[in-house]
Amino acid sequence: MGKALITGNHAAGYALSVCGEANRSARGCVAGAYPITPQTEIVEYLRGFNFSRGRVVPVESEHSAMAVCIGAALNGARAFTASSANGLAYMVENIFAAGYYRLPIVLIAVNRTLGPPWNIWVDQGDSLMFRDAAWIQFYTESHQDLVDTVLLAFRVAEDPRILLPVCVALDGFVVSHTLMGVELPEQAQVDRFLPPCHVPHRLRVDHPATVGGLTWPKETAHHRRQIQSAMERVPEVLEEALDEFEKVFGRRPDGALRVEHAEDAEQMLVACNTMARTARRLVESRQSEGEKLGLIKLKMFRPFPRRQLREAVGKAKRLGVLDRNHSAGSGGVFWGEVAATFQGRSDLVVQNYIVGLGGGDVTPEVLGMIADDLQTRMTAGEPIWQEVGV
Amino acid sequence: MTAMATQVESNCDALLRAGNTNCAGCGMSIGLQLLEQALGKDRKPLMAIPACCGIVTAGAFPTSAYGAPVAASTFASAAAVATGLSLVGEINGEDAPVMVWAGDGGTYDIGVATLSAAAERNENVLYFCYDNEIYGNTGGQRSSATPEYVTTSTTPRGKAERKKDMMAIMAAHRIPYAATLSVAHRDDFLRKVRYALTVKGFRFLVLLSPCPTGWKSEPQESVDLIDLAVRCGVFPVFEVFDGMRYRINVRPDGTPLEKYAERQRRYAAASMNLEGVRRHVAEQWAWLEGMERAFPGSE
Ligand SMILES: Cc1ncc(C[n+]2csc(CCOP(=O)(O)OP(=O)(O)O)c2C)c(N)n1
Ligand code: SF4
Ligand SMILES: [Mg+2]
Repeated sequence: MGKALITGNHAAGYALSVCGEANRSARGCVAGAYPITPQTEIVEYLRGFNFSRGRVVPVESEHSAMAVCIGAALNGARAFTASSANGLAYMVENIFAAGYYRLPIVLIAVNRTLGPPWNIWVDQGDSLMFRDAAWIQFYTESHQDLVDTVLLAFRVAEDPRILLPVCVALDGFVVSHTLMGVELPEQAQVDRFLPPCHVPHRLRVDHPATVGGLTWPKETAHHRRQIQSAMERVPEVLEEALDEFEKVFGRRPDGALRVEHAEDAEQMLVACNTMARTARRLVESRQSEGEKLGLIKLKMFRPFPRRQLREAVGKAKRLGVLDRNHSAGSGGVFWGEVAATFQGRSDLVVQNYIVGLGGGDVTPEVLGMIADDLQTRMTAGEPIWQEVGV
Repeated sequence: MTAMATQVESNCDALLRAGNTNCAGCGMSIGLQLLEQALGKDRKPLMAIPACCGIVTAGAFPTSAYGAPVAASTFASAAAVATGLSLVGEINGEDAPVMVWAGDGGTYDIGVATLSAAAERNENVLYFCYDNEIYGNTGGQRSSATPEYVTTSTTPRGKAERKKDMMAIMAAHRIPYAATLSVAHRDDFLRKVRYALTVKGFRFLVLLSPCPTGWKSEPQESVDLIDLAVRCGVFPVFEVFDGMRYRINVRPDGTPLEKYAERQRRYAAASMNLEGVRRHVAEQWAWLEGMERAFPGSE
């Protein structure tokens, strides 16, 4: 396949399709397809793909898109879908169901602002809405990161030590509708990278069990503990998947987080998605001017990589957490997690910056203002709303 | 063979096993036994059951009162979960029938869009609705399947609206087969389920399901009540082929409506207007007879 100039949505559609097709050696694949801006081209792509053992169901809603995936996965197939904003909100009941059923479904979230009032641009509040569902969540920074992470998502989700669904998020429009050169994996490579999907608890006619029926409090608590244990195994399984990825594709995508200039940074920005790439630009230029600014790109939000994050901050004295989302009545969702990670560290300032809500353009200049504020802070205050232009 | 495996096999003979939590006289108990008989001993379905009494009856983990594998779906999702199950079966050349077993709430109300979509796509799913005309599981609230004037916990003065005509809605999807089932008419019930099992595509079967708890009736009278419902015309027993061609299976015999109503306290609202019900029943029958005359149907 080689390198292709392709939009984020087509890259996502391609990645999902080759992963689905790879399971033709097992029980095939099924996808649910329902359109919403800015995700639409992904489901159009899926409907156009010629699967040798797969079906893409044009359902009547996102709630059913996930329900079809649940049914398919419960019958042992590889299952996936994609959505955005209100589509994800509509899907939420079955998003939780998929997690609690322990089904290795992959969902692509093209991040978009939840409405009303209606706004189709990027904001991470939609996928963060179901952060408490039993889903692994990855936030990707580029077209390449997206494609690679979709492949990794299936591998991690279906690992018998994990068996949890995975959400792969990308920025609406900024990635979904822009063109970039992407190294697209060949089908044969994907076939090698992804073992056949095996859902151990799938329905079998000779095994009359009820999946997802009633449980008492004790069993329910045990079930949640098992999910937590599986979540705790994710970093290790992800590293193994990355090793394998490197063997097959000859390059290594980012893992749970990517840290830059940790050795000497006094303040560090914490960001995800394309904001992390913009922040990288800023960090490079500030470093060249001698400023001790570093960057932590948080790619994995669930499980939240607390241990890796603690290691990553090194000697830094200040963290500026960028949030393109807003939890009304609190602040940024990433900030809440980061602050909890460093509770008790009175020597570390963890300041929240809410920036780029509703798709506001987060330029290096905007992040420069944030870095300037952070640099002079002796204490953390309330979340700061950093306004940007259109 | 291990002891465990033996136990599973001997227990899975019945589609609805002993130890289920159905109330005495529940229509589900009769319906599931007839369904098992129609399936025969060797054929096991994959089932999707949404939130309703039908999933509670399975019992608590790790037991299951069903002798077939069940996906317990969210309330509105049974037809979509069944779609996924069925497509994977098809991809893999497996012939276990995929069935939904859902209440009227999951069918007429919250699941109606999901059901309509699966029917429109003509998924290879056999959909059963056991219609007890209320939300039984949550304590007997109204649904759009509740008949007019009937009292429920959310229609304490009797329901103002008529029962939704789900058969007409399903027929309008032009699905290959739709039929109503009476647990008081065994042979007709079995024949229709057996026929439905031979048809490919979306099939919709609805049974009027006696619910002594909700209907405030006597458990031992459940089958008699359905017999009366058929005889007085409240519950027409008929089938629709390809959504167009009608066949009436059992006609009312002039039994007065009172005979059916007086044995259920849900029909005891002060505002009960049996005259009004009678008028609507007559209207429904005139329409059905007209459809059968104009578009007669058979297998
Ligand atoms: C989304 C959602 N809303 C509400 C409920 C609560 N609920 C569970 S079963 C039920 C009623 C079921 O009624 P029906 O489908 O007629 O089945 P029955 O209980 O009568 O057998 C309700 C309202 C739920 N489980 N999910
Ligand atoms: S409440 Fe009604 S439908 Fe539910 S189990 Fe009891 S009799 Fe059956
Ligand atoms: Mg009901």
